[in-house]
Amino acid sequence: MFFNTLSDTIGFGEAGITAALGYAVVFFGLILLMFVVVLVGKSFTASAKKPAPVTEAPKETPAPATAPGSAGQLKLHNVEPKTAAMLMAIVANKMNKPINELRFISIKEVTE
Amino acid sequence: MDNFAILYENLLKFQWQDIVMILLGCLLIFLAIKKEMEPSLLLPMGLGTILVNIPGSTALVGPIQELYNAGIANELFPLLLFIGIGAMIDFGPLLTNPKLMLFGAAAQFGIFFTLCMARMFFPEIDAASIAIIGAADGPTSIAVANTLGSQYVGAITVAAYSYMALVPIIQPPVIKALTTKKERMIRMPYEQKSVSKTTRIMFPIIITVVASAIVPDATALIGFLMFGNLIRECGVLNSLSDTAQNVLANLITIFLGISVSFNMVADKFLKVDTLLIMGLGLIAFIVDTAGGVLFAKLINVFSKKKINPMIGAAGISAFPMSGRIVHKMGLAEDPQNHLLMHSIGVNVSGQIASVIAGGIILSMFGG
Repeated sequence: MFFNTLSDTIGFGEAGITAALGYAVVFFGLILLMFVVVLVGKSFTASAKKPAPVTEAPKETPAPATAPGSAGQLKLHNVEPKTAAMLMAIVANKMNKPINELRFISIKEVTE
Repeated sequence: MDNFAILYENLLKFQWQDIVMILLGCLLIFLAIKKEMEPSLLLPMGLGTILVNIPGSTALVGPIQELYNAGIANELFPLLLFIGIGAMIDFGPLLTNPKLMLFGAAAQFGIFFTLCMARMFFPEIDAASIAIIGAADGPTSIAVANTLGSQYVGAITVAAYSYMALVPIIQPPVIKALTTKKERMIRMPYEQKSVSKTTRIMFPIIITVVASAIVPDATALIGFLMFGNLIRECGVLNSLSDTAQNVLANLITIFLGISVSFNMVADKFLKVDTLLIMGLGLIAFIVDTAGGVLFAKLINVFSKKKINPMIGAAGISAFPMSGRIVHKMGLAEDPQNHLLMHSIGVNVSGQIASVIAGGIILSMFGG
């Protein structure tokens, strides 16, 4: 039984210090990982932006509304954002792919 | 007459402890089928428990022992299972908001709190192995308990997987007790940011290098987890990713479940210590949840942009149940409050944090 092992145990205080030290190392590790991930993310974002050629964009007619959260890539033509979100979710589900791996260019309502 | 005696000779060898263990095996099978509690693991474990507790069983000293030696004694099965788990995890929500990693760290508090508690009753090796139940991560619990050479691997595995299955029952009351309705209704709009493929590929490599450098004892655990994720994210191994997520994970789970039952023999399991381990495991899960929630509340004291403290509870690793529970609790308070992406982000960071915590336990108490 466990009472037999009591002589083998250390005090609650000592165990507490060991535990606090371990918990601190977990935090240190995760904080370090967080900074590394932030730095790597930023460096890749920066390098992805750099090579973009500086060309003057041709003047266009005003762009249709973009879906919220689409980072301005998805164009909506007479489609409510809510409906667009639902359609994207359905497409992702049917294709059995995560939605963030799909790229939607535009969604247009087809009327007869 | 002597030949006839052979027929009932073995029946006379049954002791009440064997019957209790066989009933326990039946209970595990019942919980797996009827209550759907981690059925993929509890079912093989239940049948394995029955097999090893029949007097004179050829299963114990035979295939189950061989499987145990081949896959658990050398920690191979938990590591192979980690490949499958890594392939299942989408780190996207975490990559869009790396700060969520802090919550994963906070929710490991239960491990270290339980270490203090368990140390009062058990020798340090067993106390450390019991504490890791708080990782809410079955393979890590098995790997750590086994590496440390704990005599309670069976009880620890049952506790870890049972409480993982009971997360929907354990967590909500703790979260509610520690938060006000107003806090639970805090909305956290999700800003969808695209994560480049390069970042997704670099993430598992960087995590492996950095985490292993900090905690070398976690190298195998983190390395196999991230290997699975690399297969998923590289984009050229879809077939392998699919295999890792399904076939490999399922096969290993079958072998893991049945070989863990090697430790489910009456003389090892039917002890007061087992009840104590179950109690300490429950404490670990509760304190983990409380640690995550209270850390989020602490952040709110200093932050202008308020965080829904419930997401802190998702840091306990039990993936993806914990993230989903927080999301459901958010919707229950406010049908427009979608916390899923945040809670899953915290949940996957908990997966990394629990592996690191496992490595720290190993480096502190391993030979």
